[in-house]
Amino acid sequence: MRLKLFPEVTNYDFFGYARITFGASVVAMILSLIAWGVMGLNFGIDFQGGTTIRTESSQAVDVGSYRAAISPLDLGDVSITEVFDPSFGSDKFVSMIRIQAQDGQESVAADTIQSIEDVLKAVDPSITFPSVESVGPKVSGELIQTAFIAVAASLAAILFYIWLRFEWQFSVGAVVALFHDVILTIGIFAALQIRFDLATIAAILTIIGYSINDTVVIFDRLRENLIKFKTTPLRDLMNLTVNETLSRTVMTSGTTLVALIALLVLGGDVIRGFVFAITWGVVVGTYSSVYVAKNIVLFLGVKRDWSKPDGNQGNQFANIDA
Amino acid sequence: MLQIDLWKRVVIIGLCVLGLLLALPNAFYSRVEARNDAVAAIENGASGNGLEEQAARWPSFLPSGLVNLGLDLRGGAHLLAEVQVADVYEARVQGMWPEVRDLLREERDSIGTIRLQRSNGPELRVRLNQHPDMADRAAELVRGLARPVVSLTGAGASDIDVTVDGADVIVTLSEAEMLATDERTVKQALEIIRRRIDEVGTREPTIQRQGSDRILIQVPGVGSAAELKGIIGTTAQLTFQPVVTRTGNADMPPGAGRELLPALDEEGLYYVLEQNPVVTGEELVDAQPTFDQNGRPAVSFRFNTSGARKFGDYTAENIGNPFAIVLDDEVISAPVIQSHIGGGSGIITGSFSVEESTNLAVLLRAGALPAGLEFLEERTIGPELGADSIAAGKIACIVAFLAVLVFMQLSYGLFGTFANIALMTNVGLIFGALSLIGGTLTLPGIAGIVLTIGMAVDANVLVFERIREELRTAKGPARAIELGYDRALSAIIDANITTFIISAILFMLGSGPVRGFAITLGLGILTSVFTAIFVTRLLIVLWFERRRPKTIEV
Repeated sequence: MRLKLFPEVTNYDFFGYARITFGASVVAMILSLIAWGVMGLNFGIDFQGGTTIRTESSQAVDVGSYRAAISPLDLGDVSITEVFDPSFGSDKFVSMIRIQAQDGQESVAADTIQSIEDVLKAVDPSITFPSVESVGPKVSGELIQTAFIAVAASLAAILFYIWLRFEWQFSVGAVVALFHDVILTIGIFAALQIRFDLATIAAILTIIGYSINDTVVIFDRLRENLIKFKTTPLRDLMNLTVNETLSRTVMTSGTTLVALIALLVLGGDVIRGFVFAITWGVVVGTYSSVYVAKNIVLFLGVKRDWSKPDGNQGNQFANIDA
Repeated sequence: MLQIDLWKRVVIIGLCVLGLLLALPNAFYSRVEARNDAVAAIENGASGNGLEEQAARWPSFLPSGLVNLGLDLRGGAHLLAEVQVADVYEARVQGMWPEVRDLLREERDSIGTIRLQRSNGPELRVRLNQHPDMADRAAELVRGLARPVVSLTGAGASDIDVTVDGADVIVTLSEAEMLATDERTVKQALEIIRRRIDEVGTREPTIQRQGSDRILIQVPGVGSAAELKGIIGTTAQLTFQPVVTRTGNADMPPGAGRELLPALDEEGLYYVLEQNPVVTGEELVDAQPTFDQNGRPAVSFRFNTSGARKFGDYTAENIGNPFAIVLDDEVISAPVIQSHIGGGSGIITGSFSVEESTNLAVLLRAGALPAGLEFLEERTIGPELGADSIAAGKIACIVAFLAVLVFMQLSYGLFGTFANIALMTNVGLIFGALSLIGGTLTLPGIAGIVLTIGMAVDANVLVFERIREELRTAKGPARAIELGYDRALSAIIDANITTFIISAILFMLGSGPVRGFAITLGLGILTSVFTAIFVTRLLIVLWFERRRPKTIEV
């Protein structure tokens, strides 16, 4: 008995609804940008500086009394959120307290943290502090810069590599698809106000990696088909390509999503934001390889008179054998 | 047709076995860890306490390298400190005063008397009292004191810049000298932090330089970042300075070349001291906690030869005068010199507790930090949180793994089994490679492994889908398998190289947890390509040679 998610040979018309799908992508991107602009990102301390304290207690978290206890300390902006996770059990209550960066000091002074811990202990004697993290404004400023450079460098490296291995139209298509994925990810983080920190940037880079992986596989097949069917219109050829690679796309996204969902549900709350970003990115990335990258290539057109009979010949991978 | 040379088979199987052997210790983590600790202790000369028994709990012919657990998994403290390199400039340039003074005094006939001016910032300002017009001449003389900078980049440059401002000659450090000083300061600070943390004897601390003037300190098992800061201490600058006078007035202007410092144990008492120390803590060779003649805790110390000579000369010339022992800009005590102290050793008394004297001895022995530290980032992760994360990560890994195995099995049947064997080998190889390079597993790193489990099958999926297609064009099964591998190769290579580029960028960008993720992702790509292209292919070939099937179903 074989699990077949799709018939062996499919012949869906992926461009029949190009207006709708491409339009949907454009709308989603615009909405993401609006969400980003209007609501802003919920930057973590990595990017904004400040301190987070994780509390754990056997008594229910009472945000109001925590706040009342901390506010006399005069620490500026303090946010307190309760954290829920199915793995906690009935006697474990967790909250995250976030304090803005204090004027005139880089990381928050030890006695400030001590005084917060003391007042909270007065509210709830069973409270413990499993993690305290503090980042100074100097470092956080640099981290934003590094993060920006990393994303830009990744996009540039991929643009270059695809251009080297394929044609420039492909590389533009791939990078537009990646922009789409990155912006949609930022959009959902803004819309849901999920904490955006260095791990999220790592997740975005991973999404870029995954999405490009997906796109490249389809491009590779397209290149092959371009050589095989020299006269077929580009649109039909692309449809053929997507249909040919469809079962692979579904299989790989499927296994990856299965693994990620396991991690999302069972991996604990500490990395949930990170895993969520990657999971979201896999979904968006798969979609964008099929619907965004190729639409761009179709729009730009491809040179059809391939002088080289084999796209693989003459490059460094031509003679690899196993 | 479907053939793999014998030597290739041996290499492929050999690599897998090697990788799995290297991964094996991680399956018995706590046992191997205890054993490694015991072996290390025995090597350091310890014995007894069941150490030998502990050491024997893991056979010595097996590899014993373990994957390091990151701070987020093990718990501990993380500090990012910035060395205040500019602190050193002032002391360095002020230290030139005796030399400059002696030089200019010899030329008193032409340039007249001189006076040291109070300066703001890292400069030495000398005023010519009688002949302001001779400032250029004096500057010329002072320039003669310049020495070449000893560094790779600053070769040929001199260490000081001398300028003239009216009647003042101003000596500052040159750009090249500042860079060379920064370099020395940070290296020295790094070394001292390392020694101090080693004195406490915690396991596997990470002490790394980051960028030009930062030091990253990660110590597993420390209760909090505040505790770690206590171990590192602040500066612990010990100096012995001549006392000019005592005063109760905190606002008294000390005068040029002098400073006003508070007494450590007496509120409201201040000392005016000569700014240039007689001897500094850098010239100490040893310091031990001890007790003075009244049985109070004290610290004994010993100077190196040059320190002992300076100290001896000074005490010989100044019998009956007080001198101050200054630690971090506070006067610990200011005893009166009773006699010439020739041996270069002495004792610091003050109102210490036993613990304080022990700590002070450690700080002095490890040497003074050459400059202050500012902490830019501090993180404390409790061990329980790390243990929770490991537990959750483990469960998630196992569930993800099983789900993918079942999914592949259902989709590809026998070929799915091959892919699954390769996948299991793959996870083993990731751990083997991590142990081999001493990589660190972090929480995002676990996510990287889970992601790799999901994505590792991709190469196999590509091949299998291709074999299916080739089978449809009715070639023989052997030919279809071969074509499947050949034609899928370029997609596999391109797809994985792009992902690998990303993980390389992540590695360069990240520190700590993110870097851990980049490492597992990158290793996962390498091992998954290896297992997909070589291992499954070998399995298929072995199966094919044995069965010679007329038809295959993928």
